[in-house]
Amino acid sequence: MPDASPIGIFIAGLLTLGIFSFLYKDNPVYKVCEAIFIGVSAAYWAVEYFYSALYRKFWLGVFPPAGSGVEADLLLWGGAILGALMLCRMIPKINWLSRWPLAFIVGATAGLYMMLFFVSNAMKQIESTMQPLIQDSLLETLGSFTIAIGTITGLIYFFFSKEHKGIFGGAAKVGIWVLMVTFGASFGYTVMSRMSLLIGRMDFLFNSWATNFGQMF
Amino acid sequence: MKSIVIAKSNSRAKWRSYSSLATITSLSLALGIAGIVLCTGLLLSTSALAQDTESVDSTAIDSNGSVLEEVPSPASNVFAEDTPNDKGKSATVTWDLSPEDTIGGIVDGYLILRSESPSGPFVDTVGNVTIGKTEALDNNATDGVEYFYRVDMYRSEVAVDGSKLLVGSPSTVWGPITTSPQWFHGKRGIMLFIFLIVAFSILQFISQAQSGKSKIWMVNILFIILLGYLYSWVIAVIVAITLALFIKDFFSTEEIFLRKIGGIEAVEEAIGRATEMGKKIFFIPGIQDMNDVQTIAGMAILGRIAAVAAEYETWLEVPVSKSMVMVTARETMKEAYSRVGRPEMYQEAQVHFVTEDQFGYAAALDGMFVREKPATIFFMGAFFAESLILAETGNEVGAIQIAGTAMPSQLPFFVAACDYTLLGEELFAASAYLSREPRQLGSLKGQDVGKALFLVAMMIGLVIVLAGEVVKVPDWLYLAQYFSID
Repeated sequence: MPDASPIGIFIAGLLTLGIFSFLYKDNPVYKVCEAIFIGVSAAYWAVEYFYSALYRKFWLGVFPPAGSGVEADLLLWGGAILGALMLCRMIPKINWLSRWPLAFIVGATAGLYMMLFFVSNAMKQIESTMQPLIQDSLLETLGSFTIAIGTITGLIYFFFSKEHKGIFGGAAKVGIWVLMVTFGASFGYTVMSRMSLLIGRMDFLFNSWATNFGQMF
Repeated sequence: MKSIVIAKSNSRAKWRSYSSLATITSLSLALGIAGIVLCTGLLLSTSALAQDTESVDSTAIDSNGSVLEEVPSPASNVFAEDTPNDKGKSATVTWDLSPEDTIGGIVDGYLILRSESPSGPFVDTVGNVTIGKTEALDNNATDGVEYFYRVDMYRSEVAVDGSKLLVGSPSTVWGPITTSPQWFHGKRGIMLFIFLIVAFSILQFISQAQSGKSKIWMVNILFIILLGYLYSWVIAVIVAITLALFIKDFFSTEEIFLRKIGGIEAVEEAIGRATEMGKKIFFIPGIQDMNDVQTIAGMAILGRIAAVAAEYETWLEVPVSKSMVMVTARETMKEAYSRVGRPEMYQEAQVHFVTEDQFGYAAALDGMFVREKPATIFFMGAFFAESLILAETGNEVGAIQIAGTAMPSQLPFFVAACDYTLLGEELFAASAYLSREPRQLGSLKGQDVGKALFLVAMMIGLVIVLAGEVVKVPDWLYLAQYFSID
């Protein structure tokens, strides 16, 4: 933290310890730290959205500075009108208008993601599964078969309108086992990455903060 | 002969100059003739395309006006076009490799230069690729503007003074071309047909669930024939086999069967537990906005949970991290409370904004969990690193927890810390399970047709791949190409 002021480092260390105190139990120090965290972050994002969305995206988009050579993007008015409709919630007589932007967002999201998922989760998955099964080494061959069987049985598990019994049920059971083994591996991997985050924080406390603490007092 | 120096030039050891005027003249003459022959050939070969091309000399000399000894031959057959099937602002430039394009040779790569005039200047470098490459994308084009492209081979040298030197040979100029977006992706026609077949299967089952028998599935026969005729009979046969597996279901008048999902079966029990204990229920819709399908699925589930909670007269609280989610959740709950005849019970304060910040939100929820000790917590939506922090705290306070997310990296944490977890697509199916509405049930059944289609395609494909490997058929991966849509 080379650019932080000594006071800033001191406060950051105290807040870190305050949040860690939750590991013992809920206490007044944690409550203070929590309130500071929520208040500061809420205010930060409010300012960030104001500048990034309202000012930089909308205002400079529809009213570009003279001489910048940028043309006004009239499409942005569409977003502005939808945004203004959201504010109608505060007027009881016309608060129903606020449902229009919601409907627009939900509908547009469903439409956009439908194609995106169809490509990435379906077509690409099929293409990637149809790969050579017999590889150079036995281990690689086993890996290819595992991918193929895991994909097929995993997909079978997600059939909702067919009862999981008989061969179909057996395949679904293999599928859920494959999923759980994957989750186990993913769990271990992520825990290790969280440990590195903890080490980073400890490094801050024992080096940056402790050194700064010694210099201040 | 025109001097071609791409960047700063100085004298260097390898590129020696010829001092004799006679030598320069004869060499220039020879290269000029070669250049004319080459340009004539290029002109003839590209005239059919009716593009405006201009030949440029291919002799490289340094800044002192000396002809370079090892002049790399330029790239040939340069061609540029609007990148197909894209959203515009992109041109694809292709060329044939120079004969000197070899590893360890005298060429380091190609510079793709752009100009708005065929005579240049070509100072706008839009790409820089290494040897062996024959294609580059210009992703900084402006739609509707006419561009000319040139591909210059270059060799990177370090001058005596340490400065970097690029010197090389220019190609012919190709243009003009303009870029534009395309409304339709030409390579996704096969996808459109598969999509239509799945969509009409969904309509079939919705219609069936609402009013008994339906013949909408027959439309799919037409799509299968068109699919086979226009694209691939192999895929058409796979689709036909898949639909044949559902023939019995297409004629069924019974209620659509749905297998049991533990997490969904436990929803009512979890709400009932909160009612018996006189404690509140928390519903956490994740940290993504309404432009995430998981959040939308979470809102659909919230509608069902809110209805049951209203019937049981149990307080349901929804802390959110996005303003749009707050508005949607309020609308959803208001509608749910009205639907079960308890509109007076709904209060806007039940859905409240906390903060946009991921860990600020997690810290606030942890505080709420430990102080208010809810009986039940639902996590339904998109979660990231905060998932385990929340689920662990909820577990610590003894709440029954039901989670549902399609984030593969967070599922392990929910599986470990929650009582029930809806895995991936189960989250999207939960709303149909809870509501039992014919429309949603039919949709779920129709989606199973889609899954069956992909399952059959994968199984047939793998059998073909394996058989191909065993009997050594060279193009055993041909089926996969039908699903390649890049």
